[in-house]
Amino acid sequence: MNDLKVIKEKSLKEWQLLRHPDEPVIYIGMASCGIAAGAVKTKRVIQETLEKYKLKANIVEVGCIGTCYLEPIVDISLKDHPRISFGNVDEKRADYIIKKVLLEKDLTKTRPLGHLGPESYDGIPSLFEQPMLKPQVRIVTKNCGLIDPSNFMHYLANDGYTGLSTALKKEPVEVIEEIEAAGLRGRGGAGFPTGKKWRACYDMGSGPKYLICNADEGDPGAFMNRLLIESDPHAVLEGMLIAAYAIGASQGFIYIRAEYPLAILRLSKALKQMEEYGLLGENILDSGFSFSIRIKKGAGAFVCGEETSLISSLEGKRGMPRTRPPYPTESGYHGKPTVINNVETLGTVPHILRNGAAWYRQFGVAGNYGTKTFSLVGKIRRSGLIEIPLGTSLRQIIFDIGGGTQKEFKAVQTGGPSGGCIPAELLNTRVTYETLAEIGSIMGSGGLIVMDTDTCIVDVARYFLDFIQKESCGKCTPCRVGTRHMVEMLEKICSGEADPGILDKLESMAGLVKSTSLCGLGQTAPNPVLTTLRYFRTEYVEHVNNYYCPALVCRDLIEFTVIKEKCTGCQRCVSVCPTGAITGPRSEPHNLDTSKCIKCRACYEVCRFDAIAGNAIIITSKKNDEN
Amino acid sequence: MKPKKLSFLEILDSYSAEESSLIPLLQDAQDEDGYISPEKVEGIAQHLKITESQVYGVASFYSQFRFTPPGRHSISVCLGTACHVSGGETLLNTFERDLEISPGECTPDGRFDLNRVACLGCCALAPVVKIDDDIYSKVNVIKLNDIIGLYE
Ligand SMILES: Cc1cc2nc3c(=O)[nH]c(=O)nc-3n(C[C@H](O)[C@H](O)[C@H](O)COP(=O)(O)O)c2cc1C
Ligand code: FES
Repeated sequence: MNDLKVIKEKSLKEWQLLRHPDEPVIYIGMASCGIAAGAVKTKRVIQETLEKYKLKANIVEVGCIGTCYLEPIVDISLKDHPRISFGNVDEKRADYIIKKVLLEKDLTKTRPLGHLGPESYDGIPSLFEQPMLKPQVRIVTKNCGLIDPSNFMHYLANDGYTGLSTALKKEPVEVIEEIEAAGLRGRGGAGFPTGKKWRACYDMGSGPKYLICNADEGDPGAFMNRLLIESDPHAVLEGMLIAAYAIGASQGFIYIRAEYPLAILRLSKALKQMEEYGLLGENILDSGFSFSIRIKKGAGAFVCGEETSLISSLEGKRGMPRTRPPYPTESGYHGKPTVINNVETLGTVPHILRNGAAWYRQFGVAGNYGTKTFSLVGKIRRSGLIEIPLGTSLRQIIFDIGGGTQKEFKAVQTGGPSGGCIPAELLNTRVTYETLAEIGSIMGSGGLIVMDTDTCIVDVARYFLDFIQKESCGKCTPCRVGTRHMVEMLEKICSGEADPGILDKLESMAGLVKSTSLCGLGQTAPNPVLTTLRYFRTEYVEHVNNYYCPALVCRDLIEFTVIKEKCTGCQRCVSVCPTGAITGPRSEPHNLDTSKCIKCRACYEVCRFDAIAGNAIIITSKKNDEN
Repeated sequence: MKPKKLSFLEILDSYSAEESSLIPLLQDAQDEDGYISPEKVEGIAQHLKITESQVYGVASFYSQFRFTPPGRHSISVCLGTACHVSGGETLLNTFERDLEISPGECTPDGRFDLNRVACLGCCALAPVVKIDDDIYSKVNVIKLNDIIGLYE
């Protein structure tokens, strides 16, 4: 039997040594976002630079701290200074920083983001003073970006599995009481009290039971679960062990979307480590409790995030939802009592066991205790993953943490395809399950898509409905047919072919789908339409009555023009135009033939992004009365 | 050299004949050469003792499964919300025009297949395009041309 205590001591030493290393330690953020931003290239340059200068250093791959807009992120610790973090480390900067910090021991001009030590350091502020990080309370993301997710020792050294050992000293029902007392609510969307769900399953008595971790994360534009699993997989797995012990399950599943290959890899590796250290299998840590976990990959169906669909998919069937009750806690996987929890819910559980319910309740507001992670994306300056106490206002999130928008703020969309668009007037709304529902949206799993005046609200509503319509499993008519009608109406509005009465028709169809669909997918699908009609009706009316798209997005309502005075005649647009609509010799203003233009935006983008082009192509949308 | 992939028969053998094996089996079968051929459907049906139409019924429900051979390289354009508001559709349209194929299709020379995906989880760096296992972030029309050139 492996003694966790002995290993823990070893891990603490190892961690201590990393913090005060004899040899420099270079941490590179290697979650999917870091890799997409170029972290692999950065790593290669770092290795080459080390070789070039005959420097020795220990390279550690870490996950993502959440400030994705600063990726690739590299931290360096040396014997005589704390871990210092650098952002936007592309290939050029990587070479420069290594040379400066390791060779010349000179931090000036390296533009560090901050240091990670407890002690203050030489004019460099703490990383957590960064505007994006300062207002955050990092509980579930505590280790993200700081530890090596594939190194079991790192998790152990940071209080890993102490939540489990606390739980195993309690009776299962006491564990449930602790979670109930903490007031933890499910982070997968609906906010159902986790303790209550566990108790319902516990009350089913002995016999086979199952625990499922829902890592399907189908909400497009949200990546909280991906980031947590990639950056700290053991946190979720420890939560699964505690949950399984509490409810009396001996088999667990992680249902994870196939689009997350790195997260799947991290989980598989972590499961092997758990087996190695006696944290899975028979008689875990000599407690008499036995549990095993299997990873099941999703196969690309949004509805499978819904718990009853998920179960039927796990059983090898089409992922069709069914009516509840019976709830899965009574009759779930293969008809046995089953608890399904979201990744973040489970990732929070170890912290509650470790620190106690009272500690957890100091964060958040009454009825909405604790923290929630959000993916802050769209037209926002500082995009990434954040963790905030519930009750924080949308304004704080978007402006203090996110740094506001490039152009004027227009709306923030919460809750994904089931949520709604919230306008500027409501930015003081404090984020809780109830307040968001009151204004017509939902908390959802944590996607926050920020929109500015370049985003067309009608187009966004059309986008979500189109998404749902394609993902509708087709079992019930309101969802299958109703959403199709809604998409058709929205398409008409976007293309300027709608009759004046269409908005009322759209609204009543939305109401029908909402009240008569079988599962949450259809019941919430009209939300994006209903909230945008409520808060942005004038924008709809402009489309319908004046054929005017204020955001200059809807293809059939806009035109492209070359401003002769600004055009440098660089021919970039000529070369990207697929229909030959733009012509003109080099160095002379180009001509755009609107009859040939298919409004693909290629010329516009080239003209905007290319250095030698003059930003000379403009988009206009004419109001009917000006024609 | 990459580790040798299991052959279809070895894959079949590694699964017990129960209904819940169907989806993982389909996934592994597709991993082998990128799609699920009629022969594989037949083999899976026999192995699990269910009908071929049951196999098709489940497989066609999930967008992951394809029934035609993929190209040498697979392009996935993200059309998740963050990518949508940052211009993902323009990118998809550009691919469609440059490659002269629609999503779900493969170029006649077998070089590329084109797909839409609902979110790759890199939303903070939208818009995002994935080619094979490489993810490209903050893509625009200019970058696209350079990126495509990297894949033969
Ligand atoms: C259409 C639909 C999609 C859903 N997708 C997800 C998802 O991707 N991830 C998730 O955790 N929950 C999702 N849910 C919620 C689950 O049904 C379930 O409530 C949740 O996993 C329970 O976990 P929690 O109590 O920890 O939140 C979805 C629900 C619906 C109706
Ligand atoms: S929306 Fe494109 S990566 Fe998430």
